[in-house]
Amino acid sequence: MSDITKQSLTELVESIKNKKLSSSEVTKAFIERSEKSKVLNAFITEDFTSALDKAKKFDQKPNLDLKLPGIPMAVKDLFCTKNVKTTAGSKILNNFVPTYESTVTENIWSEGAILLGKLNCDEFAMGSSNETSFFGNVQNPIDKNLVPGGSSGGSASAVAGQLTPITIGTDTGGSIRQPASFTGTVGLKPTYGSCSRYGIVAFASSLDQAGPMAQNVKDCALLQEVISSFDAKDSTSINFKRSHYSKDLTNNIKGKKIGIPKEYRVDGMPKEIEDLWQKGIEYVRNCGAEIINISLPHTSYALPTYYIVAPAEASSNLARYDGVKYGYRANGENLIDMYEKTRSEGFGVEVQRRIMIGTYVLSSGYYDAYYLKAQKVRRLIKNDFDEAYKKVDAILTPSTPSSAFKIGEKTNDPVSMYLNDIFTVPVNLAGLPGISIPAGHDAKGYPLGLQIIGKAFDEQNILNIAFAIEEKINFKNKITDWWIK
Amino acid sequence: MSIDLKTIKHISKLSRISVDDQRAKKLVGDLNSIFDFIEKLNELKTENVKPLTSIAETTLKLRSDEVQSKNIREQIIKNSPQDNEDYFVVPKVIE
Repeated sequence: MSDITKQSLTELVESIKNKKLSSSEVTKAFIERSEKSKVLNAFITEDFTSALDKAKKFDQKPNLDLKLPGIPMAVKDLFCTKNVKTTAGSKILNNFVPTYESTVTENIWSEGAILLGKLNCDEFAMGSSNETSFFGNVQNPIDKNLVPGGSSGGSASAVAGQLTPITIGTDTGGSIRQPASFTGTVGLKPTYGSCSRYGIVAFASSLDQAGPMAQNVKDCALLQEVISSFDAKDSTSINFKRSHYSKDLTNNIKGKKIGIPKEYRVDGMPKEIEDLWQKGIEYVRNCGAEIINISLPHTSYALPTYYIVAPAEASSNLARYDGVKYGYRANGENLIDMYEKTRSEGFGVEVQRRIMIGTYVLSSGYYDAYYLKAQKVRRLIKNDFDEAYKKVDAILTPSTPSSAFKIGEKTNDPVSMYLNDIFTVPVNLAGLPGISIPAGHDAKGYPLGLQIIGKAFDEQNILNIAFAIEEKINFKNKITDWWIK
Repeated sequence: MSIDLKTIKHISKLSRISVDDQRAKKLVGDLNSIFDFIEKLNELKTENVKPLTSIAETTLKLRSDEVQSKNIREQIIKNSPQDNEDYFVVPKVIE
């Protein structure tokens, strides 16, 4: 049984198509492992009974032409799932049962996959360590008391811990790539407009994107193929010709021009990360790619820009949580008092902090100085990438400035927590695709990731480069199953 | 630039989030350290830069205003915090 959960998505699909395994066997194996892995706290809601029923139904009349035939998978609890509780990691949505399905999950189920449950995340995806979740922090399968990263921490932990063969997360400032890097897994943030935002609990609408998380690049490509679609229900969804990401995947990157931005060599970055970056550069060069030094001069302004734009959008998006139509409600003496108490009791500390930052930068007298200023700098950041892409096809950087940190290590210092996203945030601000792949370990044996940033809509190219590096690096995640007794 | 207790109380009111004095004091520190970090943007001259509001700079498409989800009234009402078959219930607003 335990061997089943070790298989990659591609292997599982193959096994089900060849009738070596049934969907029920696979589903049961992941459920059994999840039952033994409760200490990781990866799930907010388990949907195991229903998953087994669906697997049984699939086996009775298997449609093997589908891309994810009878494959069980858990998803981040930020995606609305019809009739299955969706919390966004918040007390304020603790009892919310959506009446509709997100487009991205709908795409997944229509290719034959089966919902295992909903995965833990930072509250409203605001965090870099999964510690802001109302449902408690998540443990990293790599090592006890280590954060899995965030906000898609439950997703990363579940993939690394083999509780689900693949999963989807969302990435507003690095929430897929940073946890992927912290757990030795692969995570892709697609181009803005590639995957529909319909039915995803909104955080910062001009930055949010859903994306796949997997054990390897090929699995990631296959899932991206399934979730990426034009959707009229998302007004910023973009209709472009989507590749067959998994079928067209190739390790031939000969002649590709890869940019190395000097501004990503930040102060205080550990030598191990610099070394890993150099190793990555060597690998792509050995694959026949050309290395070109580039400059992204406004890189250091990305985080301050992000911490205006994202909270501003969040303060507006989260205005809907007022205790009236759904979610948590506190008792109040009058309507206003009810609103204020509901939001004070229903939101956690980090979410309140961001709503207040957002409210302030949008408030009368400060809008121009902060919000408008940030929107202008956002343009400069995007221009940097546009300039660079005149010379290169993709950009190679580290994914994070450090490996995973300890639970509780950064919770009292918001700015130091924010600095974790220094290499991932510019990609969201410019709406570009970025992928993190595990590329090595630090002295403690914790995984480190490399990020490949692409041109808009050029997911295929960064998947190919990631695929080529993956093959050269032959990364093995050091997971001992310490949590299974 | 410095955010004081009075400003925090004002933002709290605008945000419709009640904060007690202890939380408000903590927020003064937090927000000041975050805004110190944000102030870095003032190093840049941006008079002639056009603000970027959205990456997908397309005009919004129009669609006909038709009901897509039918007969879900009961399910919708079921999510409301106070039980009632027909309405969303709120504290009294008219004296």
